[in-house]
Amino acid sequence: MIRDNAPVILDVRNLSAKVGGAEILRGISLTVRAGEVHAIMGPNGSGKSTFAKALAGHPAYEVTGGEALFEGRNLFEMRADERARAGFFLGFQYPVEIPGVANEQFLRLAYNTVQGARGKDELDPLEFDDFVREKMKFLDMDPRFLERSVNEGFSGGEKKRNEILQMALLEPRLAFLDETDSGLDIDALRIVANGVNRLLTPDNAVVLVTHYQRLLNYIVPDYVHVMERGRIVKTGGRDLALELESRGYDWVGAKAAA
Amino acid sequence: MSTATAPFLEHLLAGQKIVAAEPAAWVNRLRAEALECAHQLALPTTRDEDWRFTDLSPLYRLAFRPAAAAARLDAAALAPFAVPEAAHRLVFVDGHFSAALSTPPAAGSAVAALPLAAALGPHGEVVHARLARIAEFREHAFRAVNTAYLHDGAFVLAPRNHGEAAPLHLLFVATQADATAQPRVLVVAEPGADLTVIEDYVSTHDGAHYTNAVTEIDVGANGRVRHVRLQRESRAAFHTATAAVRLDRDASYHAVSVAVGARISRLDHHVVHAAEGTFCSLDGLALLGGRQLADTHSFVDHAVPNTGGRQLHKTVVADGARAVFNGRVLVRPGAQGTNSAQESRNLLLSDRAQVDTKPQLEIFADDVKCSHGATVGQLEAEELFYLESRGIGGEAARNLLTYGFAAEIVGHIPVPSLVRALRETVLARTGAKE
Ligand SMILES: Nc1ncnc2c1ncn2[C@@H]1O[C@H](COP(=O)(O)OP(=O)(O)OP(=O)(O)O)[C@@H](O)[C@H]1O
Ligand SMILES: [Mg+2]
Repeated sequence: MIRDNAPVILDVRNLSAKVGGAEILRGISLTVRAGEVHAIMGPNGSGKSTFAKALAGHPAYEVTGGEALFEGRNLFEMRADERARAGFFLGFQYPVEIPGVANEQFLRLAYNTVQGARGKDELDPLEFDDFVREKMKFLDMDPRFLERSVNEGFSGGEKKRNEILQMALLEPRLAFLDETDSGLDIDALRIVANGVNRLLTPDNAVVLVTHYQRLLNYIVPDYVHVMERGRIVKTGGRDLALELESRGYDWVGAKAAA
Repeated sequence: MSTATAPFLEHLLAGQKIVAAEPAAWVNRLRAEALECAHQLALPTTRDEDWRFTDLSPLYRLAFRPAAAAARLDAAALAPFAVPEAAHRLVFVDGHFSAALSTPPAAGSAVAALPLAAALGPHGEVVHARLARIAEFREHAFRAVNTAYLHDGAFVLAPRNHGEAAPLHLLFVATQADATAQPRVLVVAEPGADLTVIEDYVSTHDGAHYTNAVTEIDVGANGRVRHVRLQRESRAAFHTATAAVRLDRDASYHAVSVAVGARISRLDHHVVHAAEGTFCSLDGLALLGGRQLADTHSFVDHAVPNTGGRQLHKTVVADGARAVFNGRVLVRPGAQGTNSAQESRNLLLSDRAQVDTKPQLEIFADDVKCSHGATVGQLEAEELFYLESRGIGGEAARNLLTYGFAAEIVGHIPVPSLVRALRETVLARTGAKE
């Protein structure tokens, strides 16, 4: 929901970043206010995940210019874990497997760490178990995923559900969800999208990276941005996504280059 | 014999004279032959290729005596080592069988588990056909010493086509400081039998002692043995051991071996694929700190066509500790269709920690699939970032990943209470927060 006077959560200005020696982001600007839903679309390799990881603080992504303010704080002066505790959440396109660490153990440590940073009460293992099972119900997740190692052997869709479960537990101010819809079957897409919608409040915001209009039928975006070669080349409303779906990206790029 | 090791060996063998003669003449002959070998074979030093990284001279400087007959031990002292899933256990105190502490299956039960000396009567032929034939001692001083002491030991027999759900617990407890024990185990799974054996070495004191163990496992056609080997002795202890396994047609063997104790420990783990269709998995974990050293030498012998094996050996090495791994895989001429995958992964937690890891593939057949890999290093950067992206930073993240690295192997143990207990051990050792 767009409200002109809503506080700015994320303000990115002219961000450029390198990875593996190559400049991938070449001047991105994006402002996200509380209550808003943004969608970022764009061809493969255009830099969407790079943008997400640079904001999240991945050490391989070197910021070479521009700035990013997160609720007024300079994001690039914070370590990755500090960004997370401050309320930035990255939903991974490819969630990482951690053999040997039980999912519940990981979820509890993450939850308690973030709670602690917010001055809130931590939960002991039994309390947390009840709490997380409640959250899992909304995502239609089998409690057996608590005992298994983090993401290990999870199917593509199961990994994505686990990402949204983490979002539900950590209640971020801004969730940057990188292709959370890829790999989900039709029912799972609905369940996950409903899960995200439930978490949306006037005080937080979400950025969805997606290739498909379908997700945006469930989570209706206020803005749709098109990324190409490390830049946002076009911004519009939800209709832009429909137009992209029928016409592809060529015309956007042509116009931007003109 | 090298003079540096002579006094040690003399002490080691001093007690052999007091081992009572067995009624079975062949056992007495075997012991005499082994004693002869023990006197003739040199104890290994770092000049031996197989012992290059494992310097036993701290052991050789000691003059340990063979432990006297079972010291009295309160059952309560064993409570920390209880394995509730195990319906039966045999307990050996300082190498001597303790009837009082053991809960063997009743006579006439499907699975037999009894002291080796007692098995010579009812199971004489089964024992004779296998004992000291799976673990060859004639070229190996420590096995020869152990064989020279043959008397007490564990004998386990799962009869034909019998599937035993409950694991069997063989508990070897060291209670006396400065003493030596020579544990011996023979496990026989008859064709089609299925059995889980826990071989567990513990100490009730923090002092030094020496365990020299030999375990032989014979898996009959279509049989399956799961073997959990835990070395959680005092961190001042010395431990040398052989686990030798023979697999008959279509048999399988799954081992998880964990070393967290001992000042210096060495395990020679040998598996012979003696017939087609066999499979083995060897998982290993050494969790070391202080001045500990743990050495695993595995040897998987693909002697015939169409056999498979996989191996994952992990070490976590802190402080000034050292881990050694040598993974030998032999594919003999004609052993076509061999499928083998070996991985050695090592985590160093300090600048002084050391790992020596070496795959040793000897392949004499062409139609085979054999892979190996070794990593020595730090934590996975992507895993670290994933935790950080959830707010878990710094030491907490590193500790959790270190824990997970080790706990992966623990998770392969098919006995839930042991998984829980060892996870606690790993948590304590890696500083991860529960
Ligand atoms: N670690 C790296 N080293 C070198 N190049 C990289 C690295 N990571 C990403 N790149 C390159 O950066 C470019 C942008 O990749 P990115 O993953 O951000 O694209 P994307 O828009 O998310 O694509 P997709 O829609 O396929 O997920 C690609 O050309 C990619 O190959
Ligand atoms: Mg991407």
